[in-house]
Amino acid sequence: MRVFLLLIAACASGKPETLEAKAPAEDPRALRAVASFSSIADRGDRSRALFLEASRVFLHPRCANCHPSGDTPAQGIDMHRHDPPVVRGKDDGGVAGMRCTGCHQDHNLELATVPGAPHWQLAPIQMAWVGKSPHAICEQMKDPARNGRRSLAETVEHNAHDKLVAWGWNPGHGRNPAPGTQEELGRIVQAWVETGAECPPEGAK
Amino acid sequence: MIRLNVNGRTHDVDADPEMPLLWALRDLLGLTGTKYGCGQALCGACTVHLDGEAVRSCVTPISRAAGRKLTTIEGLENRALQDAWCELAVPQCGFCQAGQLMTAAALLAETPQPSDDEIDRSMAGNICRCGTYSRIRAAIKRAAGVK
Repeated sequence: MRVFLLLIAACASGKPETLEAKAPAEDPRALRAVASFSSIADRGDRSRALFLEASRVFLHPRCANCHPSGDTPAQGIDMHRHDPPVVRGKDDGGVAGMRCTGCHQDHNLELATVPGAPHWQLAPIQMAWVGKSPHAICEQMKDPARNGRRSLAETVEHNAHDKLVAWGWNPGHGRNPAPGTQEELGRIVQAWVETGAECPPEGAK
Repeated sequence: MIRLNVNGRTHDVDADPEMPLLWALRDLLGLTGTKYGCGQALCGACTVHLDGEAVRSCVTPISRAAGRKLTTIEGLENRALQDAWCELAVPQCGFCQAGQLMTAAALLAETPQPSDDEIDRSMAGNICRCGTYSRIRAAIKRAAGVK
């Protein structure tokens, strides 16, 4: 009986802590809803805060691993060097004999544990994120010379609907997904653009 | 039923579209030159060409090969490369060599006269437990006519 009561006590005391840990603002797996930024009165400040929230996705290993600053992608949540050793090649899709699509399919392979999504490849070097601050990534994302020649509207579309971007939330084989959902990221980037696409100051995280 | 064009011949294969191409080649078509190594695209032993691109057949679903030109070691036409392999006695145990040759052929098709760095980058994913790497590189250079 004593053990039984102790178990009940443990369960009862654990429940509020679990719920609290899952609150959006505290959970590293979640993204804040766009509405929660409405309390920031200044439009520019709101825009900067929205980008900082989006940068949690951009800098997550699931996304940053294929936005390397060098020629070799990383892998894993610890961002270790891709194995087998591969390089980006002229078109960011690998080199002869070692193309990304030589191994990666257009979908995850659960038995072989090889991740996959349509048009699997590295982001161009101009779109490198690893080692960069949210400020630097923001400026990069607004610059057509460094964002794949995209307008801001196209940047929203890319974040919200691109199928390779979508893999970040469907990485397969027990891998940790990027925070939130692609739909939520799309809404945040859309709101960032609508509030002037302001960039957070250097040093802001 | 999935129609495969392998080494210029057409085969209708009755199998799950997700079956690894390697299984179909070896178990259904009897083309056993392509080897099973790791099953996870990590060693390169199972490399074949799909429309000229080197792919790891152990992780490539047969549905991806439908309607495309598939080449295995049995159908490799780069004679100069195979002659160089023999002349330099590249293989030791030989298990990985079909994959090595297919990757090397894909490299030479795109870069007929590769540098050492280009060879290393393209061959980096093909593992040889006998350590024949220096002979592999030498044979590629001989086939390419570079020193």
